[in-house]
Amino acid sequence: MKGSNLILIALVILLTVFPLVVVRDAEFPGADAQAEDAITEIRPDYKPWFSPIFEPPSGEIESLLFAAQAALGASVLAYFFGYKHGLRKGKQEKQRVDASD
Amino acid sequence: MKSRVVSLKLGAALLLLLAAQPAMARSPEMHIMEGFLPPEWAILWLAVAVPFWVVGFLQIQRMVREKPESRLMLGLAAAFAFVLSALKLPSVTGSCSHPTGTGLGAILFGPFVMSILGTIVLLFQALLVAHGGLTTLGANAVSMAIFGPLVAWIIWKGLRGRLAEGWVVFLAAALANLATYVLTSAQLAVAHPDPVGGIAASFAKFGAIFAVTQVPLAISEGILTVLIFRALRQNAAAELQALGVQRAQS
Repeated sequence: MKGSNLILIALVILLTVFPLVVVRDAEFPGADAQAEDAITEIRPDYKPWFSPIFEPPSGEIESLLFAAQAALGASVLAYFFGYKHGLRKGKQEKQRVDASD
Repeated sequence: MKSRVVSLKLGAALLLLLAAQPAMARSPEMHIMEGFLPPEWAILWLAVAVPFWVVGFLQIQRMVREKPESRLMLGLAAAFAFVLSALKLPSVTGSCSHPTGTGLGAILFGPFVMSILGTIVLLFQALLVAHGGLTTLGANAVSMAIFGPLVAWIIWKGLRGRLAEGWVVFLAAALANLATYVLTSAQLAVAHPDPVGGIAASFAKFGAIFAVTQVPLAISEGILTVLIFRALRQNAAAELQALGVQRAQS
């Protein structure tokens, strides 16, 4: 189980790194601007009728917010598994103590 | 047996990577941007989403009242979607996109509850990072928070017990991811049909943008969901049982 988990993690890392190594000349855009291009290409006359209430002033602020989002989620996950792990350990410990009494 | 499964996975992944021609493709974010759906479509998708939200809200309310301990698992499912949708991953097309993380919650709680959790993630991204938007919230919710989870849930219900559990989880999460993008393409296509080829040409265009980019990401998402599911089996067996996610007889 442990071993195959490691292989799965390695696979995800491989899948993530592979494009960076292979597609060297790419810029890896993910910007909304490009999606807008696709639409304006099909419908040059289309005007968005609403714009975001708040837009991160720079790419740095945007990555700050994305990092905060990931950190928030990750801390909940870590709390969950830490809590569960502690419960299990505590139960085992109690059984051991009870058994030795 | 286990090592055969893993080497199969490795083989499949490599094949996919080799088959995918590195090409410069446009990469829209998975969410439809603020203001980019005409009002009539924005309203239509909102109308589709609302019943799911209502049922999901009622289900969560009932669950929390009857089983207060399920709150921890709800938080876990939401947190998983939060983390995964914050990770923009590079793909073989030379562009980036992100996983959805909705497969896990759909397996644990079903599509209605996941529609609420997914919409919370969408709201966060619409309000704080200007990804997606309020006018497109309904459409984005239907693709990411409803249709994807629905696909995951159907696969989970349909294949459990017929296939090793890990594979069912993998397929449910990976196909939920792909389904989300297919529907997003369709939503863009019906709202913005090509002046010459119509909706079909438009769908082909948006679909082509997503298709190859999304496949490796869907695989990554499937694997990550398998990992967290295994961790749950090990650490939260009682909670899984309480949610009716029993180990399939085999």
